[in-house]
Amino acid sequence: MAQTYVTQELKPPVTRVGFLGWIKANLFNSVFNSLMTLISLYLLWKIVPPLVRWAFIDSSWVTTGAGCRAAGGACWSVVTKNLRFIIFGFYPYDWQWRPLLAMIVLFILLLFSRNRRYWKKSLGYVWLVGLVGMGLLLRGGLLGLSAVESTKWSGLPLTLLLSVFGLTAAYPLGVVLALGRQSKMPAIKSLCVVYIETIRGVPLISLLFMSSVMFPLFLPEGITINNILRAQVAIILFTAAYIAEVVRGGLQAISRGQYEAAESLGLNYYQKMRLIILPQALKIVIPPTVGILISAFKDTSLVVIIGLFDLLKTTQATLSDPKWMGFSVEAYIFIALIYFAGCFSMSNFSRRLERELYRGT
Amino acid sequence: MRYFETSEVGDELPPEGEGAKSRLLTFYQSLTVAQHFTDSTEKTMPARVPFWHDPAKRALIYQAVVLGMVGMLGYYLFTNTLANLERQSIATGFGFFAKEASFEIGESPIPYSAADTYARALLVGVLNTLKVSFVGIILTVILGTAVGIARLSSNWLIAKLAAIFIETMQDIPVLLQLFFWYAISYESLPSPRQALTPFTGVFLSNRGLVFAVPEPDPVHGYMALAFLAGCVIIWALRRWAKRRQEKTGQAFPVFLVSTAIVVCLPLAAWLIGGAPLKMNVPQLKGFNFQGGITVSPEFAALLLGLVLYTSAFVAEIVRAGIQAISRGQVEAAMSMGLKPGQVLRLVILPQALRVIIPPLTSQMLNLTKNSTLAVAIGFPDFVSVANTTINQTGQAIEGIGLIMVVYLFFSLSTSAFMNWYNKKTALVER
Repeated sequence: MAQTYVTQELKPPVTRVGFLGWIKANLFNSVFNSLMTLISLYLLWKIVPPLVRWAFIDSSWVTTGAGCRAAGGACWSVVTKNLRFIIFGFYPYDWQWRPLLAMIVLFILLLFSRNRRYWKKSLGYVWLVGLVGMGLLLRGGLLGLSAVESTKWSGLPLTLLLSVFGLTAAYPLGVVLALGRQSKMPAIKSLCVVYIETIRGVPLISLLFMSSVMFPLFLPEGITINNILRAQVAIILFTAAYIAEVVRGGLQAISRGQYEAAESLGLNYYQKMRLIILPQALKIVIPPTVGILISAFKDTSLVVIIGLFDLLKTTQATLSDPKWMGFSVEAYIFIALIYFAGCFSMSNFSRRLERELYRGT
Repeated sequence: MRYFETSEVGDELPPEGEGAKSRLLTFYQSLTVAQHFTDSTEKTMPARVPFWHDPAKRALIYQAVVLGMVGMLGYYLFTNTLANLERQSIATGFGFFAKEASFEIGESPIPYSAADTYARALLVGVLNTLKVSFVGIILTVILGTAVGIARLSSNWLIAKLAAIFIETMQDIPVLLQLFFWYAISYESLPSPRQALTPFTGVFLSNRGLVFAVPEPDPVHGYMALAFLAGCVIIWALRRWAKRRQEKTGQAFPVFLVSTAIVVCLPLAAWLIGGAPLKMNVPQLKGFNFQGGITVSPEFAALLLGLVLYTSAFVAEIVRAGIQAISRGQVEAAMSMGLKPGQVLRLVILPQALRVIIPPLTSQMLNLTKNSTLAVAIGFPDFVSVANTTINQTGQAIEGIGLIMVVYLFFSLSTSAFMNWYNKKTALVER
């Protein structure tokens, strides 16, 4: 006779699985953690709803300054009504499509370069053509585009110009400095060490002051260089020292055997570096180089102090208009979002790249 | 000879007679060729090398060329500068140090007036820079460590909030953050008459943060003495406790006892001194507060911006340092029976600090260098004072030279400390 066992399926306790389980494991897994969770929830409850109310419910988006003061909430009108000035600054109103087009080209190039499959020599040429094209669009004077003086360049295009051209020009200089620092020739090595350590030891602002008040003294009588170029030179000199240190890290990470193998093949110094060492070293240091691009992008905001009209300065100029006085917080939040979007996407990219290169795919 | 052997490896079996003879001949021929070749390299190579093929001499030429070019560039700039200075009749040298500065400085840790010299004005600038850097570094380390640990918390909410904080602060330029906090202080805060009072004795207005401090009293001096005495006692106690533990194996609750000593001794001094409780409470007089201690909006905005920005980077460093310790270390320490506090103090921290300290010092240096942005919101730090000096005297080269020397001094002394620290904590390898 067959015996039947009635097995009762016991479900796991409701507090161990599903939503409740997750909450117990991640928010209330100890007395201390429960306390911290409750405190943070209380603080969030105190901060977030009023903030949302200020930013979205009570806010005014397309009114005048007076209308904003009546509404009481956030005044995004200061951004929407002055958007073109904040972004393009003093660039002639009718030709603002040119910097816009240049920025779109830059954006597409950046998107395109994210994919490692396109990392070939041709991409370098595309970038070169792109940079020249962007400069041409901004400057004009050729191909029927009327010339725009560099004193009129301002806003976001100026910020991007200073950081992108700054990094592009600083990169070769930084590589040369790094090679110089690794050199066995004492005079060259000490020149490079002194340069790198001096630049890294002083704040960027001192170099910018130098470019604005000391450069004119260095030049022979009658020759002047415009403000933007001088600031650009200061940023290039500054960034190159940091790139040099990053590249040096890459050079040191290449095993001694690679150097010796190249030498035993009979390659001279230039061939050894060009064909064997630099391709490997520069690949390793791509993620920290993106980090330097991020800092360069953020550091360009310092040109405000020597009076260039970058994104931050055009915003301040808007805010000094009596009609829009008192809405600094909203305007600063807007440009903070622009900077955040730029830096966040770059740092995400750098982290992804680091993972991929680390995996060796 | 190796050259010959390898060439023979692939050879097929030699044919009879004539073939074998010819093969022997080739062997001898090649042998003599090889002999000749080695001879020539040994004897003639060093003698016949022209100097442009000799690496040592070539290096000398390269260096001479580079030095010559740098020297020429320097000479060119120098002569241009001299000509320009003469044409614009700008004085050179540091003679302006002793002249009257005739500009006011908003806040100063030492007495200063417009009638003082430039040298004193610049000293005020240095002290202000040191003040903001010192306070900033302490706050940054505390906040950064807390956020870094929170980032690793098993509490999902806390970890996510810390991650959001880190990402946001890192991705917004510090100058923009300074402007933001400064704008909040002068736009959103009320005038002194309607000052906010979150706690009694603390007033928050667009003139800054004012709070009450204890009225100066001779007892405070005795409390400081008691504190110092406590430190000496703790130092002796630790030595004694360590020796006793090495001898007998008995541990002594050093941390608890030392905390008690540090708290109780000054407290006892205060009680014996009659427990003075009089506070210097700020009073609203006219348009502003008098009394108490005032933190100016510029200083507060600068400090807040620098601390929030830098602590995000410090948090990442702390997180990386803690994650660098393998799980096995913690498990091994726990299996030896160490308490969680001991695991942290004796196993995790000594190893994590070795990873954390070098990047941490460079962040501190960054904070000091970023404090130069004070010039943008009007806090009189060194760069700001030097900038005013440059504008008044026209002596840009000296002014910028001073700025560079002061910051180079900070960074070189920091890197000297770092080298010493790295040597001290370097792993002793066999």
